[in-house]
Amino acid sequence: MSSIKILEKKGTKEILLGNEAIVRGALESGVQFVSTYPGTPASEIGNTFYEIQNSEFKIQDLYFEFSTNEKVALEAGAGASFSGLRTLVAMKHFGLNVASDFLMPLVYSGVRGGLVIVVADDPGCSSSAQSEQDSRAYSYLAHIPTLTPATSQECKDFVKFAFEISEKYKIPVMIRTTTRVALQTGPVKLGKITRGQRKGKFVKDINKFVTMPPRVLEMHEELLDKIEKIRKEISEKSNINKIQNSNAKSKTKIKTQNPKAGIIASGVSYLYAMEAVKELGLEIPVLKLGFFYPSPANKIKKFIKPLKKVLIVEELEPYIEREVKGLAKDVNCKLEVIGKDLIPEVDELHPEIVLQAVAKLTNKNYQLPTANYKLKTINRSPQLCPGCPYWLVFSGIKTALKEMNLSEKDVVFGGEIGCYMLAGVPPHFLQDYLYCMGSDVGIAHGIKKASKNKQKIIAFVGDSSFFHAGIPALINAAHNKSNPLIIIMDNGTTAMTGHQPHPGIARTGMGEKVPKIKIEDIVRACGVKNLKVIDQGNQKEFVKTIKEFLNKKEVSVIIAQRPCIFVK
Amino acid sequence: MEKDFNIIISGVGGQGIITLTRILAEAALIEKKDVKTSELHGLSQRGGSVETHIRFGKEVYSPLVRQAGADLIISLEAQEALKSCYYGSRKRTVFLVNEFVKPIFGSTTIPLQKIKKELEKFSKKVILIPATRILKEKLNNPILAGIYLLGYANCKKLIPLKERSVSKALEKVIPKEYLSINKQAFNLGKKYESCDCSSRSRDSDASSN
Repeated sequence: MSSIKILEKKGTKEILLGNEAIVRGALESGVQFVSTYPGTPASEIGNTFYEIQNSEFKIQDLYFEFSTNEKVALEAGAGASFSGLRTLVAMKHFGLNVASDFLMPLVYSGVRGGLVIVVADDPGCSSSAQSEQDSRAYSYLAHIPTLTPATSQECKDFVKFAFEISEKYKIPVMIRTTTRVALQTGPVKLGKITRGQRKGKFVKDINKFVTMPPRVLEMHEELLDKIEKIRKEISEKSNINKIQNSNAKSKTKIKTQNPKAGIIASGVSYLYAMEAVKELGLEIPVLKLGFFYPSPANKIKKFIKPLKKVLIVEELEPYIEREVKGLAKDVNCKLEVIGKDLIPEVDELHPEIVLQAVAKLTNKNYQLPTANYKLKTINRSPQLCPGCPYWLVFSGIKTALKEMNLSEKDVVFGGEIGCYMLAGVPPHFLQDYLYCMGSDVGIAHGIKKASKNKQKIIAFVGDSSFFHAGIPALINAAHNKSNPLIIIMDNGTTAMTGHQPHPGIARTGMGEKVPKIKIEDIVRACGVKNLKVIDQGNQKEFVKTIKEFLNKKEVSVIIAQRPCIFVK
Repeated sequence: MEKDFNIIISGVGGQGIITLTRILAEAALIEKKDVKTSELHGLSQRGGSVETHIRFGKEVYSPLVRQAGADLIISLEAQEALKSCYYGSRKRTVFLVNEFVKPIFGSTTIPLQKIKKELEKFSKKVILIPATRILKEKLNNPILAGIYLLGYANCKKLIPLKERSVSKALEKVIPKEYLSINKQAFNLGKKYESCDCSSRSRDSDASSN
């Protein structure tokens, strides 16, 4: 969307995506450093900064980059924060897995300038292969304070709040969204954009930034103290954890002396819960948790104390449910805690699921229409765009195999994340496994070793993906002597997530012209001898090379270089 | 009390569904209504099935329309309309369907009349309009089918939003260089008269007056 809208002046109300509202929140907080690696459902955060910084509205003293991967993005962001700047780092949920190695010690040491990490989960996997992970687990694992907004307005407000918390307690703060928050739009009341004007400088402090034992154990201790402080001073007190005594019709406050049932919810689940309360015309207290970690234990205890039963509405894992069960032992051991028995743990939630659960909680009769869908169509699977250069890679492989008297059954095809994972859909069917970025070369190497180099393997890697995580795996295959054929699908962009630049392109996130980092130079430096850069439009040459490389004793790489049709 | 108004837009990636969604959201905001939408990006945009949700009213919580909760379902591809039956109900739903069929790989295409019959079970009214064909003929631009249907729906009061608001929203969302052709499509849609469209008035609860 237009960056002008994001930059509208204070006081106006704009329809913003959750992701756009996050950008606005950062701009209102005086952010000066932003790094990201693209990934749906978080991509629009980086895209919006990119658009702003490459437009006439470019913001002075704001640096933005697409980093090579999420770990690097977080490290770069930390460096800026250590130097005193307010920093935002954004990624999708799997990105946090990549960044987690660095995240753990980072939370120990803490930060200087406010550092906010946005992580977007994708319950239901509408735009993610791999898994349906619930990144809130990292809140516990890393002890990182975590806020969970529900609406676009909250996305903006929570980012601002997160910067305050981060700077006050010198700790990174995570904003965790989900698809239906990140890609939800709604009206957002805009505040004032603050120009960050800090001059970054790293001031040495080995006591703070060196995580060597025995100091690291002290840091652990200090971290736990910080978390308890944040729990008491922020989580318990802030009204982002609030009790909604709701009655949609009369707007009267419910007397909370003797409510029998209550609801606890967070994120988009809270919206479904409120919708249900409204539709059923209930008078029932709802505790909204904007703070996931550290949770407001006393507030929860106070809420559940008078209740007979409580419904916990949350997507994916029952984390809040477990906390409430633990707290109930102290204050209300007879409390019936209902969660995953009515709210499924798999797939995203839908309002009707929550509606039914709330009806059941309050003994209301509510029957959804049992619809008899007789005429069904199969789901239209996504397709490579007409004219996509990848068509020519897949057809070239098929021709080569035919000419070698091989069938697709004789070759294992390693898939990976990007548009080329559509190798797995009709009419291609060239994908036998699919995990995360960079993984298929590693796996191909293992299969080769297991089969004593007998099984033929073709592994696809995207250009952006190669920079992200493909290089160590390629070095490993070359060094440890296996011979998969790796095809680097170089379409000159990060296509799937919206055409962001990467190091193989002569342009940075700030729009500066830079020399391309050539993939073939890296491949050569990794110790690969069998290397060819081919435009697959030249099918004859492409097919010939596949045939030749499939019989090589060492690892071989074809860089199939032909731009995405959307690259200008 | 004014009830929320719930719209589903379904079709195939690349048909301009997200733009259409944004226009409706902006129009609702212009009328000072609370509004929420939900859309999907990434893989689903690569020619797959796409479905967006728009809800507006006094105070809207959920960004998703619930089962059998749609007041209006706009389908830019007829087979995709079948999937939206989930949101349809005989009591409240109007189906506005583009008479355009894009074959699905590995599946036989279902004839329009059969689709219509099925949609009737999940709605109080089904309106089929050959928007893609008309736009191909008149503007040589079939991609604007959604805008055409929006013009029609707005004019026939299938959406409780004033034409002025929708028109203002169009100006806000559509980039300048494409605005004039979008307006042409919108106006053509306004003029369309379907044979069974006697503009029967909607349920009183959904009107904006």
